[in-house]
Amino acid sequence: MSTRIIMVYSRFERFWHWTQMALIFTLLFTGLAVRGVHGMIGFDTAVTVHTWCALALIALWLLAIFWHFTTGTWRHYLPTTQGLWAVARFYAWGIFKGEHHPYRKAYWRKHNPLQALAYLSLKLVLFPAVWLSGLLYLAYDFWGTAGGALGWVAAVHVLSAYAILAFVIAHIYLLTTGHSFAEHVKPMLTGYDEVDLTPVEEAYLRESGAVAMKEPS
Amino acid sequence: MIRKLAVMLWAGLWLAAAVPAQETPPPAADMRFRIVDDTTPSQRDSSSTADHTKFKELQGPFADGPAVTRACLACHTEAGKQVQASLHWTWEYIDPRSGAKLGKRHLVNNFCTNARGNEGMCAQCHASYGWDEKKDFGAAGLKWQERVDAGSAEHVDCLVCHDRSGGYYKVPPTEGNEACSVMFEGKAPIDFAKVAQSVGAPGRENCGACHFYGGGGDGVKHGDLDSSLKRPDRALDVHMDAKGLNFACSQCHVSDRHRWAGSRYNITAKDIEGTGKPGMRRDVATCESCHGLQPHPNDSVARVKLNDHVDRVACQTCHIPAMARGGVATMTQWDWRTAGRTKEGVGYKEHDYTQGNGTARDTYKSIKGSFVYGENLTPYYAWFDGQMQYTTIDTRFDPAQGPVAINGFSGAAANPDARIWPFKRMQTVQPYDKGNNTLVYMHLWGDDADAFWGNYDFGRAIRAGMERGGLPYSGEYGFVETLSYWPITHMVAPKENALACNECHSRDGRLSELKDFYLPGRDGRWLDWIGLLLVGGALLGVGGHALLRVWSAKGRAAA
Repeated sequence: MSTRIIMVYSRFERFWHWTQMALIFTLLFTGLAVRGVHGMIGFDTAVTVHTWCALALIALWLLAIFWHFTTGTWRHYLPTTQGLWAVARFYAWGIFKGEHHPYRKAYWRKHNPLQALAYLSLKLVLFPAVWLSGLLYLAYDFWGTAGGALGWVAAVHVLSAYAILAFVIAHIYLLTTGHSFAEHVKPMLTGYDEVDLTPVEEAYLRESGAVAMKEPS
Repeated sequence: MIRKLAVMLWAGLWLAAAVPAQETPPPAADMRFRIVDDTTPSQRDSSSTADHTKFKELQGPFADGPAVTRACLACHTEAGKQVQASLHWTWEYIDPRSGAKLGKRHLVNNFCTNARGNEGMCAQCHASYGWDEKKDFGAAGLKWQERVDAGSAEHVDCLVCHDRSGGYYKVPPTEGNEACSVMFEGKAPIDFAKVAQSVGAPGRENCGACHFYGGGGDGVKHGDLDSSLKRPDRALDVHMDAKGLNFACSQCHVSDRHRWAGSRYNITAKDIEGTGKPGMRRDVATCESCHGLQPHPNDSVARVKLNDHVDRVACQTCHIPAMARGGVATMTQWDWRTAGRTKEGVGYKEHDYTQGNGTARDTYKSIKGSFVYGENLTPYYAWFDGQMQYTTIDTRFDPAQGPVAINGFSGAAANPDARIWPFKRMQTVQPYDKGNNTLVYMHLWGDDADAFWGNYDFGRAIRAGMERGGLPYSGEYGFVETLSYWPITHMVAPKENALACNECHSRDGRLSELKDFYLPGRDGRWLDWIGLLLVGGALLGVGGHALLRVWSAKGRAAA
């Protein structure tokens, strides 16, 4: 087992991540304007930008889902209990003791078990909730009856959006743990990160050139 | 010295003359509520294929109006019968949905309360001649319809609608009491030959001669119809804009054999038909009948979304941002209780409201009571399915149940036929029959001793009014608060002045009182509280975690 610097976040993954980030922040800002939480932009501007960003995000998600399934990278999000407890214990206890993070990135497991579980639930629960309720909200005119139904659609949409904001807060905070904040952000910018490779993996990656690898300096 | 004194004296006199002398109030008897200074026509219809000045039948001389009508009917053979079959003649509308007898012939309103029994005054706005009090009134009620036969068609007043010279006017067919009978003094006699040769399709001032002055004065009743619409600018009404489209009323209120679309008694609150086939729709005066069911171009998210509103929000709600915008005030409150006060036995007026165009309005009249006016008013918004429920003269109500809705209406978010409409809401305190709990007919106009506009005696006026209507009266009257609702549909603003979204999509917006549906931007405040709790919890969690990290790291460093 040796640590190597390889391309873990391909160009598409970085594009997807940062585009999604920009869209989600815009959606949060315009969504809060629609709700009247702030009045920095007008209602019509907020609705217009929110709608276009939502449609763009849905398109991006469809593209990303396709990408995950065709490249097999969806496996990174498979939930596992193996090592989950160790990571949870680290954040709740070990981190205060100055312990090292118990998880080492592997070529096929670039997320630690807690991370994978968090991202998976985001993708399977919060994103679909906000996406489907948003589409229902947008298409209100086609199904809407005068009852309180729109209120419930809005409730699901708004609460899942706030939950996503809470996730974003935790997500950004966790970048400050372990190495420096910059160290954590860098892989999502350059794509390269330290990964533990088995000799076989290393040999395969070298031989095939399937994934870019930097020689240890 | 003498010269100096003389100059001072002269200057003093000049100053005294310049300061207006104590303004002499117009006599209380002044009933000139339709003073029209500008009698020139507002628009000219040049599309006609006939030049009426060339017809020898119209060369005159004509002795009176009916003589002109006979000349008109010689060519327009069916026009008389058509008019006599129309609401403008019958003043009666039987509601097909409720069977209620509506129309001015029957209804009680909350302005001058009733046409019935006051026809001598109210019939100024009836398109007829030959008013005969003995024939047309009395215990049996109005008999206009009985005159609908070939022999009486000359009673139709063609000129009031079709004179395009401005030289025609109508006076009340009967004398009023001295207290209110001063009208049209000093008007030039009508040159019937001239007006007969000037006929054409009605202009705004023809319809406006009655409809601008409903309720007893300019703009009093409707809030969206007043004399400012004779020559409106674009900001006041984008369709009638005198320098722009310059629409006549009949451009929207299309006619078919002298029957006009867009009656208040038969309201289309939600038009689902749209434009129909080209030239086909003669039945409605809705916005949709010209603009279609998707009135905004589908070229942006906002406009697509606006088109989505059409099924639940009337066009008028956004496109008429305020009522009475033309410098003419509309009346919002009327209190009959104060009527009848006199100064040394003589009725008087107070003019404590000056409207936008500079004209003073009466805030008190002995013959009517006290008034409140308003301009640039925000309408009252409500769900409306087009069905009004009138409190008619025979409707019994419970005065303890709060204000009586003269024309209540149905509509709710749950009712798919209802849309959100703007209304002018008129609030009045008026007499009612305390024994029978019904509204009353008052005999206001007349030169007899029973007329309120003369004797200032509610008891006698109500007794006489009910008698003339053939209705029971307990003999005891009281006062009850009434409300009437006038759907707003004129004074359509240019699109750039239409309401912005957040006029309604906000917490304390225009629709804050309509609670029976979810309105984005207004409702679900609890969601934000839960959301902020969630986000606050996350912030607290990471903050606490970070603090513990810093604190434990210090502990380790110290160790």
